[in-house]
Amino acid sequence: MPESRPSHPDNSAAPGRPRPHSVSDLFWSFTWLALQGFGGVVAIVQREMVEKKQWLTREEFVEDWAVAQILPGPNVVNLSLMIGDRYFGIRGALMALAGMLGIPLLLVLTLAAILSNTADIPGIQGALRGMGAVAAGLFTATGIRLIGALKSNVMGKLACTLLAFATFVAVALLRVPLVWVLLVIGGLAFAWAYRQLGRLRAPQGAA
Amino acid sequence: MIITLHAVDWLALLGHFLSLSLLAVGGAITTAPDMHRYLVTQQHWLSDAQFNSSIALAQAAPGPNVLFIALFGWNVGINAGGGLAAGYHAWPYAALGVMCAMIGILVPSTTLTFAAARWGHQNRELRPVRAFKQGMAPIVIALLIATGWILSANQGTFATSWPLWLLTIVTAVLVWRTRIHMLWLLAAGGVLGWFGWI
Repeated sequence: MPESRPSHPDNSAAPGRPRPHSVSDLFWSFTWLALQGFGGVVAIVQREMVEKKQWLTREEFVEDWAVAQILPGPNVVNLSLMIGDRYFGIRGALMALAGMLGIPLLLVLTLAAILSNTADIPGIQGALRGMGAVAAGLFTATGIRLIGALKSNVMGKLACTLLAFATFVAVALLRVPLVWVLLVIGGLAFAWAYRQLGRLRAPQGAA
Repeated sequence: MIITLHAVDWLALLGHFLSLSLLAVGGAITTAPDMHRYLVTQQHWLSDAQFNSSIALAQAAPGPNVLFIALFGWNVGINAGGGLAAGYHAWPYAALGVMCAMIGILVPSTTLTFAAARWGHQNRELRPVRAFKQGMAPIVIALLIATGWILSANQGTFATSWPLWLLTIVTAVLVWRTRIHMLWLLAAGGVLGWFGWI
């Protein structure tokens, strides 16, 4: 009965599920996540939150990431805020935010202070280039690993494939601004999913 | 680069970041062109070199990419405090710049996200909310893969920079297929680059 299935863990309703045990657990978890994230934190969030700690399922991660992405502001910051809020309310949201930004901010300012005189050492330039290439691979692999979450999607395999393909072509190859992609392709996807959810309701009520 | 900022200028700096916060759909980096227009071209508070190195450093350092905004604030503050020659005497100004930038870019967007995500979670059984989340799933997955593609394309074509592409592909396959820790891969990329092998 998909209509009554919660799309997220309700904290009280899921006693056996792994979850952060305190706000300081949230703070240090997000600090550790952020400090591993060179060139993009989302790959690390997926691996730590979904695969290691299992605070979120793959499907929940994709749903939360969609919300974090469509709202303004840094995506991973939005995501940490949402996860923190779910477990410990506004206190959790602020602690997750502080974890994501606090120590990384001090680190990047320290680097800026040190590197202001030494930024042109060729070794550093090369190392940055190498880590950038790895970061590109991390994004791609994270996307590929999440494809499995689409199996249970109400829109069906064909529609999911077409929508994903259209998005990739528009963003990666044609470089269409994100706002238009979200409005046009996102609008179509919303309409199709809305229709499918309605159709789902009728036959299952009869069966 | 040395500049003079009055109280009203600091407020204008804060105000500019506040005004961009809600426009940053798809991440703070999407507002970079407008920040360049304002900070570099219009106000001359930041040099072109400082603008580029702020983005490069934030991309390379660990942590969310939004920290490039903090570095804009830091560099504006350094310039206002007497430039690099002033040494640590400029740091209080730099700290003020960081605060203006980060408070400005984060407070409006995080407040909206907090309210909207809470509403969405409380109403997660509503058909439009479920349709939105189900509909967006294939799109956000494709966006992640597209981001990987764009980062690769920025490092040059396959013909000229094939070692970098190869490293990207090997990384993608390893992360997809194995549970290898990502820090090892980043370290390996850093070492290969440091010695000029890629």
